[in-house]
Amino acid sequence: MTDTTRYTAAEILAILSARQLKDGQVVFAGVGTPLLAATLAQRLRCPGLTILFEGGVVGAFVEPGKLPPSTNDQRCTKRANMVLGSADVLLLLQRGYVDIGFMGGAQIDQFGNLNSSFIGDPAAPKTRLPGTGGGNDISSLTNMIVAMKHEKRRFVEKVDFITSPGFIRGGTSRAESGLPAGGMFRVITELAIFGFDEKTRRMKVLALNPGVSRENVQDNTGFDLVFDEQIAITEPPTEHELETLRSIDPERMFI
Amino acid sequence: MLNAQVEPYQRLRENLSQRDRSLREKVMTLEEAASFVQDGMKVGIGGSTMSRTPMAMIWELVRQRRKNLSCSRAITSTDGDILFGSGVSDHIITSWFAQGILWGLSKVMRRHVEQGLARYEEWSHMAVGMRFRAGGMGVPFLPIRSMLGSDVMDQRPEAKQIDCPFTGEKLLLVPALNPDVALIHVQRCDAYGNAQIDGLQFMDIDLALAANRVILTTERIVSNDQIRRAPDQTKIPFFCVDAVVEVPYGSAPHECFGIYEPMLNHMEAYVAKVNSDPVEGMREYLERYFYEPKSWNEYLALIGMEEVLDASQKGRSIYND
Repeated sequence: MTDTTRYTAAEILAILSARQLKDGQVVFAGVGTPLLAATLAQRLRCPGLTILFEGGVVGAFVEPGKLPPSTNDQRCTKRANMVLGSADVLLLLQRGYVDIGFMGGAQIDQFGNLNSSFIGDPAAPKTRLPGTGGGNDISSLTNMIVAMKHEKRRFVEKVDFITSPGFIRGGTSRAESGLPAGGMFRVITELAIFGFDEKTRRMKVLALNPGVSRENVQDNTGFDLVFDEQIAITEPPTEHELETLRSIDPERMFI
Repeated sequence: MLNAQVEPYQRLRENLSQRDRSLREKVMTLEEAASFVQDGMKVGIGGSTMSRTPMAMIWELVRQRRKNLSCSRAITSTDGDILFGSGVSDHIITSWFAQGILWGLSKVMRRHVEQGLARYEEWSHMAVGMRFRAGGMGVPFLPIRSMLGSDVMDQRPEAKQIDCPFTGEKLLLVPALNPDVALIHVQRCDAYGNAQIDGLQFMDIDLALAANRVILTTERIVSNDQIRRAPDQTKIPFFCVDAVVEVPYGSAPHECFGIYEPMLNHMEAYVAKVNSDPVEGMREYLERYFYEPKSWNEYLALIGMEEVLDASQKGRSIYND
């Protein structure tokens, strides 16, 4: 399991997520781990990473120790290249200017669909969750990385409600629904890194986090995972990664 | 089939032609401005989440005990709690509704929605923006490429999926949203209502153009000469605006770009209070902060000098380097 002596689950989540980003990309980041991981990537390896926030920010460099409490606060605009209206920054996704959408998740299913709207029947919900925000727009219009906690109740066969579409019912159903672009690219948890099968679009394990077994991952997942023949073991977070992450969020707002 | 949600174009035009759009001073009090908002109206709320929320105007509507307002906003935070909890609104159109990511789920929103006391009508963030934009453009809808294939779309029969007449692709048409009144808080405007917005503008420009009436609250009223020195900073033209109210710290406890950040101690205390008991906690909060103070300044005094100054120091620090 996670080596709790060196780092927390939230820390490995942020660090592994940051490693997925490449210099020069345009990334649309949600609040929490995505904002933190994108900022971490910028500080470590990707000075040319352009971060977009749904509040209308293009090219943010969030200041360490001054993390914004949402992606609509003034702290998001620090050293940005531009501020736009909210609809206009989202329209950049629709036009195709964004390489990666980067979000957290409350509940995900085998096809990468995300639910952040309802637990139970939407007509008489057990729990009304906050809803989509920009999540539906981002996941409909670009390639997605999702960073989330790995729990059986969060990794379900079928979400109660598709708030932000992944591959919908698998196969070609996403494109047939009117979403020809984008789709789920990676899911990062404190246990493993996941991709999606090219044909069936079911979630598959690409790499295990250090100290995590296949059984650990499967036991914490509510559906049968696809495992590749050869599964990589992810390199543990380095001291440099951990130090940089902690310097960005010294108050432990998101880690 | 007619969509009852969309205002007929003729009515929109008539409504606009009847407004006094001359260059005239519109400065008034919160109490006077509230008369533009009648029970049951559609009210668009500017800002987003904890930013540039027109809190002072909401505060006044709560005090005047407006009812059954149908509100719309980019993203809803504690303002939505207050609107539901006070009984001012029983319907909110938005894309996200909680107190803030720092605090998890809103027990106030949950209680109202899960018990069927009020409706939270969920659209994608871009869809809310494009609904205001269509309203501001004077067209009945705009096409978008999100929400398709999701259950968010299935919940919204008001939106229509079509095959594009040019390409045959699937598109979603979202209906124009023309609120009866928009409430917008800005950093500064003149007495005519020429409004300058610093930092994030959210959906406020589209909202101002879409609405049939606009109430501006502002941190400062400046001279028209000052507006004319930087016309590129003017985001809302005076002829959209019907009322101008000067309310320093008019977004408190939320933030106003460059002037103050959110007052997080107050927010923390609020969240702890209402989430521990969404009925009694909310009643007590409203009593203490909304009904009892004699003025907005007294409300600010209750939030406290230290908190207001701390938020101001942080807010202004955006211009420090």
